[in-house]
Amino acid sequence: MLGEGIIQGLVETARNFFGSYVEKDRLTTVQYPEERHTLPEASRNFPFLLYDGTDPEAGLRCVACQICEKECPPRCIHIEKSKDKKPDFVGKQQAYPVVFDIDVAVCMSCQICVEVCPFDAIRMDKEFELSTSNRFGGLLWTKKELAKPNEYYRKIHPVEAAETDERREQELAAAQAKAAAAEAARAAQTSASATPGEASGNGASAPPAKTVVPQ
Amino acid sequence: MSGPVVDDPIAVKPIAGPGEIMEVSMGPHHPSTHGVFRMDVRLDGERVVRLKPVFGYLHRNHEKIAEHGAYLASIPYTDRLDYLCSMTNNWGYVLAVEKLAGIAVPERAEYIRVIVGELTRFQNHAGLIGFLLQDMGASGTPLMYAFREREKILDLFEALSGARMMCNYMRFGGVRVDCSAEWLDEVRQLVGRLPRFLDEFESLLRANEILMARTQGVGVLPRELAISAGVTGPLLRASGVNYDIRKVDKYGIYDRFDFRVPLGDHGDVYDRYMVRLLELREMLKILEQALRDIPEGPVMDPKTRLRGLRPKAGEAYGRIESPKGELGFFLISDGTGNPYRYRVRPPSMINLTILEDMCLGQNIADVVIILGSVDIVLGEVDR
Repeated sequence: MLGEGIIQGLVETARNFFGSYVEKDRLTTVQYPEERHTLPEASRNFPFLLYDGTDPEAGLRCVACQICEKECPPRCIHIEKSKDKKPDFVGKQQAYPVVFDIDVAVCMSCQICVEVCPFDAIRMDKEFELSTSNRFGGLLWTKKELAKPNEYYRKIHPVEAAETDERREQELAAAQAKAAAAEAARAAQTSASATPGEASGNGASAPPAKTVVPQ
Repeated sequence: MSGPVVDDPIAVKPIAGPGEIMEVSMGPHHPSTHGVFRMDVRLDGERVVRLKPVFGYLHRNHEKIAEHGAYLASIPYTDRLDYLCSMTNNWGYVLAVEKLAGIAVPERAEYIRVIVGELTRFQNHAGLIGFLLQDMGASGTPLMYAFREREKILDLFEALSGARMMCNYMRFGGVRVDCSAEWLDEVRQLVGRLPRFLDEFESLLRANEILMARTQGVGVLPRELAISAGVTGPLLRASGVNYDIRKVDKYGIYDRFDFRVPLGDHGDVYDRYMVRLLELREMLKILEQALRDIPEGPVMDPKTRLRGLRPKAGEAYGRIESPKGELGFFLISDGTGNPYRYRVRPPSMINLTILEDMCLGQNIADVVIILGSVDIVLGEVDR
């Protein structure tokens, strides 16, 4: 019968229309911004820099190795390395970034900087409502805007952050054990060969164990 | 393009019948072109006598950027080729790099690739049918139904890879992160619900008399022309050629799955629509088998160096059946950290080359649906 196909289609439309009142599966939209979907943990938007403790300058994990700058596909990261050094979380002397800028207008949220970072210093944020009326300064994020505490990372990516924290604790414990072993060896050596006064003086102010600077 | 027609290097063929030839520039902002694409159409009345596709508005220098970057840095750029199907684009590229560098992929990663690849194909085909019907005037209803299901698939992609469209998920030697058991369960639930959607989606318009009158016998692509023009994908299969790279090449682990390749008879717009509808069913079969058989294990080859990969000098061509056709990546390595030559074979662009042949003699209104049935994404056409 002519028109049967049309009627069949209209039945489907009616089914969907009335179904949308009762079935969650047929009505998936929400009234943004009043209602929001919760983002999955893996969700990513723009990178941020992590710091430990409360001071964003002293606790910044980034050591300005510039791997992310080199690997970034659209080259949106700009880093200037410091001349002096500061201790990192295991007490090793490391450089730090004097300038760390990300041009978020260029960044394409690909997460490659996160993957290549050997120091767990850069992670992806979930914040997406970032529109600004200032298209120059507002879209060039400096170290000040990028630095976020580790607590924030734990909040937005709990599973990932727990893994990272555990790994870093192990590293710290290993470094401390190594330092203690080195100190004990030195103490044993000095007590065997040198005068007792010198050995005790060295033991009190011994620097952390000698470390290998990563390539 | 303005000015007199005589400047054109290709002269207009004289045509029989009264009337003047009118030149219409459809695009680059025409709603039917799905992006920035222009068609120089010459009309005799409403009949098309010549059609010249003009593209390049979205050219982003993809190939040269890839030749200046590391192998890893090209993966997020491939997302942006066919921006509706980033997973399959990743797959094509990593397959080429794996061939070039001789990298093995763990079993579980292969299964995850099949799962995300078929989900990508599903949302692409559903979306395309929605757009095609919208072009015909079915003001958005089928498109909204298709996008509702696509939304669920994109949510799964976001939970897995972190992004909905620009997934950047696959890596040479596997995939970036493993999927959780909960994620697989969600996919299973979704795949269980999709047949009902397909039933409704099919009966919505499949037997619709207006749709049939509008699409049957329109934009016929003969089998011989399709083969000689290098057309691939559903467009080729709608013309009755049994050629699916999943069956021909059996890349990845596609030899383990039992599925059929739907073929058309006439090669018209209706056949292309139906072939895609039938392919949607076959995808669900593959998904069910993959979700049943997926093993435990690692998802990355531990020996692979993602950063600083330097394959030995040589060349490789990796190709996959992307939702739009044969997506190929040709790489030449000279032993350094970036490819010496990087070339994409985009299915959309090669399928566009026979647009004029399909449109000649048709009405101007049919050009819109013929273009819609080709399934192009301008990110891939222009690169």
